[in-house]
Amino acid sequence: MRLTRTSGRRLVAGIPTLWLLLLFLVPFLIVFRVSFSEVRLAIPPYTPLIAWHHGRPSLELHTSAYAFLFTDPLYISSYLYSLKVAAVSTLLCLLLGLPMAYAIARASDATRPVLLMLVVLPFWTSFLLRVYAWIGLLNTNGVINNVLLTLGIIHEPLVMMQTDFAVYIGIVYSYLPFMILPLYANLEKHDITLLEAAADLGAPPWRAFLRITLPLAVPGIVAGSLLVFIPAVGEYVIPTLLGRTDQLMIGRVLTDEFFENRDWPVASAVAILMLLLLVVPILLFQRYQRREVEAEAGETP
Amino acid sequence: MKSSRLVFSRSMLVLGLVFLYVPILSMIVFSFNYSRLVTVWDAARSPTLRWYGELLHNGQILGAAWLSLRVAFISATCAVVLGTLAGMALARFGPFRGRTLLAGMTAAPLVMPEVITGLSLLLLFVALEHLIGWPHGAGPVTITLAHITFCMAYVTVVVQSRLTGFDESLEEAAMDLGARPLTVFLRVTLPLILPAIASGWLLSFTLSWDDLVITQFVAGPGSSTLPMVIFSKVRLGVTPDVNALATIMVLVVAIGIVASTVWMRRREQRRERDLQLAAASNQ
Repeated sequence: MRLTRTSGRRLVAGIPTLWLLLLFLVPFLIVFRVSFSEVRLAIPPYTPLIAWHHGRPSLELHTSAYAFLFTDPLYISSYLYSLKVAAVSTLLCLLLGLPMAYAIARASDATRPVLLMLVVLPFWTSFLLRVYAWIGLLNTNGVINNVLLTLGIIHEPLVMMQTDFAVYIGIVYSYLPFMILPLYANLEKHDITLLEAAADLGAPPWRAFLRITLPLAVPGIVAGSLLVFIPAVGEYVIPTLLGRTDQLMIGRVLTDEFFENRDWPVASAVAILMLLLLVVPILLFQRYQRREVEAEAGETP
Repeated sequence: MKSSRLVFSRSMLVLGLVFLYVPILSMIVFSFNYSRLVTVWDAARSPTLRWYGELLHNGQILGAAWLSLRVAFISATCAVVLGTLAGMALARFGPFRGRTLLAGMTAAPLVMPEVITGLSLLLLFVALEHLIGWPHGAGPVTITLAHITFCMAYVTVVVQSRLTGFDESLEEAAMDLGARPLTVFLRVTLPLILPAIASGWLLSFTLSWDDLVITQFVAGPGSSTLPMVIFSKVRLGVTPDVNALATIMVLVVAIGIVASTVWMRRREQRRERDLQLAAASNQ
């Protein structure tokens, strides 16, 4: 009995571990390895790790892909631009998401589930189609320009497509639920009596917010920001459909490198450098995720 | 006093909801527009179902939708099995060897930029084919394997947090009464986590159905899923039949979400009532 239980447990933990090892961890090692090779005309289109010279094996490690990334200014500027776009979008998401989450957390018991569902519902509809919807709104002959022209607010159509503004809109729009949900989960647990006590002692609402709500909300803010920032750095669809053509984001550069130039080693090196930039935020997120689950376990009676 | 404090956040909430829904509503409205110029309303001949009709005769879109449907169904089902196993292990087994590894590998895909996941999976499939001759090129099989992998991470989180929300006493009681582990799972644990499994399956299905970036890497030249067809159409500009397609998808999802939310709340309320009754009868 004891034996079957441990072997059963081993199976339960072992199957998903094995799956993720093979389809999540090993692939990264392959990317790492391909980033240290060179392009060649063969299948697969990169040089093998071990070459045979006169019957002797020798290890072939090339750093040319990385050298290339640092000589062509295109890559560095794409990394910096991606970090900037992700940071600004995350901040905008927070500025809009925090008051929204606060209002939902303070709503009555009857309206709260409805509001939550309204926030989550767009997330269940196609991400691609929601980004696409903005093309119709932001175009030079699009809905926003038509409305503003008809109302006489502007006399010439505004150029909004293929700008940073359009990318910010697209990212904030697509990732807003990821900001609101962790914030809501945090704010909902706050003890309202603290705010009432602050009000009784004469603190204006804004000071009570800054001194009580905001410090308590830090874990939610960190989680929401990471959930927006990390994927936004590598975003591909939004900048491709809405963004500038003279300055690409790094996710687009990687894809083009792979599909257009067919340079797998450079595409891999781009991916490895992106991972290096994101390693700290990803570890932070994992730590938060672990603590969140443990805190939930601690709360149960 | 209390309401004045909420004026700002409430107006932001209204503003945010308007921001979330205006693009979707405009897409729906313009799907009934006769004009091919998507943003110019042709008042004389609209509203019309013209684009819905064209959609029904578009073999490329229908074929891609059928492929996406099959991939999403299989991916969601496999992801639920794997994710439930992982969620059980993380929530119930305490500290075990490889726990940190498993926890890390299920949290990372949630935030990993899709271009990296897509590239890494394709390189894996190419290397595998080179080494053992399988899989034979990219296609529905590689798409499904990739989708299972990123979906199972979401299922794991949902199942794990549901399980940590319950204490182990029910399972321990069943064990003390001599039930075998499999029986305990089927009779006690599974009914408890069924809502989590249901929402994990729906979430996986949606993620798989929607995914473009990872799919683009692992699809190969022969097979196009629905998001791939939409993306190639949309890159060339706005097309009215995509508006019609979007409207159909939004409607299906909205009905599904509302229905499943109501179902789960009913279930939850019934469970709570049962627990209260049980507690009352014990006194």
